[in-house]
Amino acid sequence: MLDRRKLLLGSAALALSGCKVFDSATDRSSRLSALFASHEGLTRSAQRALIGDALAPEFTEADIRQGMRPNGSVDPVGTAYRRMAADGFRDYRLTVTGLVTTPLSLSLAEITRLPSRTQITRHDCVEGWSCIAKWQGVPLGTVLNLAQPKLGTRYAVFHSFDAIERSLSGEVFYYESIDLVDAFHPQTILAYAMNGAPLPVANGAPLRLRVERQLGYKMAKYVHTIELVDSLAGLGFGRGSYWADRGYEWYAGI
Amino acid sequence: MPNGPLVYRQRLMTRITHWVWAISLFVLMLTGLQIFNAFPSLHIGRESGFDYDNAILKIGAVEVGGEVRGVTRILGATFDTTGILGLSNGEARAFPAALTIPSKTSLATGRIIHFFFAWLLVITLTAWLFASALNGHLRQLLPTYADFKALPRDIADHARLRFHHRADYSVLQKLAYAGVLFVALPLMILTGLSMSPGFNTAAPWLLDLFGGRQTARTIHFLTMLALIGFFLVHMAMILLAGPLNEMRSILTGWYRTDGDDHA
Repeated sequence: MLDRRKLLLGSAALALSGCKVFDSATDRSSRLSALFASHEGLTRSAQRALIGDALAPEFTEADIRQGMRPNGSVDPVGTAYRRMAADGFRDYRLTVTGLVTTPLSLSLAEITRLPSRTQITRHDCVEGWSCIAKWQGVPLGTVLNLAQPKLGTRYAVFHSFDAIERSLSGEVFYYESIDLVDAFHPQTILAYAMNGAPLPVANGAPLRLRVERQLGYKMAKYVHTIELVDSLAGLGFGRGSYWADRGYEWYAGI
Repeated sequence: MPNGPLVYRQRLMTRITHWVWAISLFVLMLTGLQIFNAFPSLHIGRESGFDYDNAILKIGAVEVGGEVRGVTRILGATFDTTGILGLSNGEARAFPAALTIPSKTSLATGRIIHFFFAWLLVITLTAWLFASALNGHLRQLLPTYADFKALPRDIADHARLRFHHRADYSVLQKLAYAGVLFVALPLMILTGLSMSPGFNTAAPWLLDLFGGRQTARTIHFLTMLALIGFFLVHMAMILLAGPLNEMRSILTGWYRTDGDDHA
């Protein structure tokens, strides 16, 4: 009986030290990491096939039981942004550039005059928490149609005001991207109001993206430029978003 | 010790899938704890209460008199779990490094490994289900009317640690295996999918079935504990029923049955 116990303890210790095998997967250039990350293509294809054009679940006013929890950057420190925020974003401009026939530069007043969509949705953070809030904004598709995307456009890239990281090579501003399937989805909006009030600074004022069928990190806050591109290779480390460049999935439907 | 003839008890498909699932579930558990560590609390409802309390479990680290302690709160009762939960090896983290993959804190890595093995589990489980329906293995697992009549007897035998070595599974074995394959694992997969905003869009009824995304996350965690419970009983039964014979049958398929003298 004692031998059995030793055997069991021995194999348990072996199994636990075996877990360290997986530690090398934290190195994103490793082959092991690439193998595990291969789930993303399968996940995206399967989800896209199942979802089609369906809308993410929407909720009622009664489901809004608390304020919207802010995450990531909550108070950008750049002087240009601070000056603009102090002035109620009167000088704010949304730039739409890249593969477009008509580059745009829209003020907040111009954006809010466009037809808007209001939706009560659940925000899911990659960490695991959820929070329900009401969002109002202009459908991204409306803005992109004004700019007239050129043939060959595949992605919309979002550039933000917030420096998410200060490295030796300077500040890294938040960047994110989605493909045209999500860009033209009716619930994909550029939100300027939250829970019936102007979007607070902590939640991405003056303009943030909502991509309701994906996780929170896709929904760039403090957006100042939308760039239409045919490839994500030139952005960051080439994986299409700040967090994708740091090991997270670019397609964040799960 | 059984001394009857050897019988071919486990098909190759059953043996291969058994080990694929064993490894997958082990990795899914430890990467799951890594993911849990990113938000170490469990809630009931659609969202996580920040301005109100809908948590049934919370693990954290608090400072008590200048000293940091690991604290776990379950259904309102608070326990000091320093060294294991909340604080381990001087680091504030819900589950300790020894119980997470990877051992250091990395939500991104935990996620890609978790979803990789989740796909492996779903694909092999589906393949096995179809193969078993065709080759008759499913019938070996599902209890019959005669099995249920023998249930009190089987419980009494297990309680006395009297194990019969037959080609067929006993009714308690059938219930345990069928419970894992047809209840626990499907529940694990469906509650897992209920946490996906993409899948919520494809199948919003799943959210209603489980009572919201955060409740689904809680059920996902509790089912993981139930699977650990199954694993512990499974190991105990192997040790008590004759580990060499049991291991031979799940590795080679051949199982030594009881001889005529077995009562």
